[in-house]
Amino acid sequence: MNFEWLGRQFDNIVFLLGWHVLLAVIPLVLGLLIALPLGWWAHRSRRIYPLLVGVAGLLYTVPSLALFVLLPLVLGTKILDPLNIVAALTIYTVALLVRVVADALDSVPEDTVQAAKAMGYRGYQSLMKVELPVGVPVISAGLRVAAVSNVSLVSVAALLGIPQLGSLFTQGFQLRFFTPIIVGIVLCVILAMILDGLIILLNRWLTPWTPKVVAS
Amino acid sequence: MNYLFDPAHWSGADGIPTLIGEHLLYSLIALAIAAVIAVPLGIYIGVTGKGVFMIAGLANALRALPSVGLLILLVLLISPAFPSRMGYILPSLIVLVLLAVPPILTNTYAGVRAVDAAAVDAARGMGFRTMKILTDVQLPCALPLVLSGVRSALLQIISTATIAAYISLGGLGRLLIDGKAQNDYSQMVAGAVLVALLALFFDQLLAFITRRVVSPGLTRRTIKSAPVAEPVKTPVTV
Repeated sequence: MNFEWLGRQFDNIVFLLGWHVLLAVIPLVLGLLIALPLGWWAHRSRRIYPLLVGVAGLLYTVPSLALFVLLPLVLGTKILDPLNIVAALTIYTVALLVRVVADALDSVPEDTVQAAKAMGYRGYQSLMKVELPVGVPVISAGLRVAAVSNVSLVSVAALLGIPQLGSLFTQGFQLRFFTPIIVGIVLCVILAMILDGLIILLNRWLTPWTPKVVAS
Repeated sequence: MNYLFDPAHWSGADGIPTLIGEHLLYSLIALAIAAVIAVPLGIYIGVTGKGVFMIAGLANALRALPSVGLLILLVLLISPAFPSRMGYILPSLIVLVLLAVPPILTNTYAGVRAVDAAAVDAARGMGFRTMKILTDVQLPCALPLVLSGVRSALLQIISTATIAAYISLGGLGRLLIDGKAQNDYSQMVAGAVLVALLALFFDQLLAFITRRVVSPGLTRRTIKSAPVAEPVKTPVTV
């Protein structure tokens, strides 16, 4: 480890970290917002479920580097546009979460839905105030997987020259220099752990009725 | 698309068929090594219950590790020791195996664990020995989950092998990386399309194999509609 280099590059590393956070978190939020209505749709309609889950599965098989390269054709963006990364990771997040949201809503006990109905909750109210909150633990488990893999996938974009922590890997490779590579890996893992922890906290905050046991 | 349909790119030492061949060769070697490690280990952990703590932690920790960083780190560490092409093939294979082991391991373990205890007891009651229970009852029952682990492992491998072109491994990733270096977008698109098709093809192939080899008794494919067991009502006699 060359700490002198680390000191000189500090500003640059913070810049790359900032981009990495943006490129990993924005798709996570967008993906969740898109997956919620789609998942609800799949949950409601037995015919739509296999269709949506099937398409999601196919999208998930496309390798990340290929998706990064193909999206400019669809979006009309430049190959170096960070928007491609946001779009690609949003697609992966949606593909992962559609099924999770549908299964989460399916997992709500029928008794709970009936009780909500009996207490006068209408369809939309029951969904927002009863079914979705009860499904939160399942959804956040899926969200954790998406968050952690997003952090890792963002770094692939370095091969196309889009700046984020992955740029430290390519830089280290070109210079045959270990310090940036190790810094990049460590920061990626820490970032993934922080996002993972935040989702666990959010889950606990949204579901205060669950017993306080460490669920991992 | 021009690149893809130019016949000149479909032959020769760096033609598309060669690249596909290389991609498959590295992918299948890595998958075979990963399966040889992960399946027996998963069975062992599933049957004995030893080392369960390893499973969850390993899968999560490896997902957080950025594969590009890992790949480049290993190349810089290993390549000085091997002057030949092994200098980048070996680290690539290590990373591919490393990424493929967790899905196979966790699914094999989960598959063996999920086998109905009554089925195992029934087999033992019929006089099956432990080894025969494993090969004739537990493994066939665990097979769908094991294969689904192999499926996600292979997708991960095909995807990561593409990235390994950056550290000069052969395969379809070459088109993406060389295209980038030469500012040839149509070459990059050709590579991306081919890699996506390769991944889709193998995903569907494994789905097909899974449907063929999994015992119909497990999928209940042959049963049109499973009859719902109604509790026998005894007439109430007053």
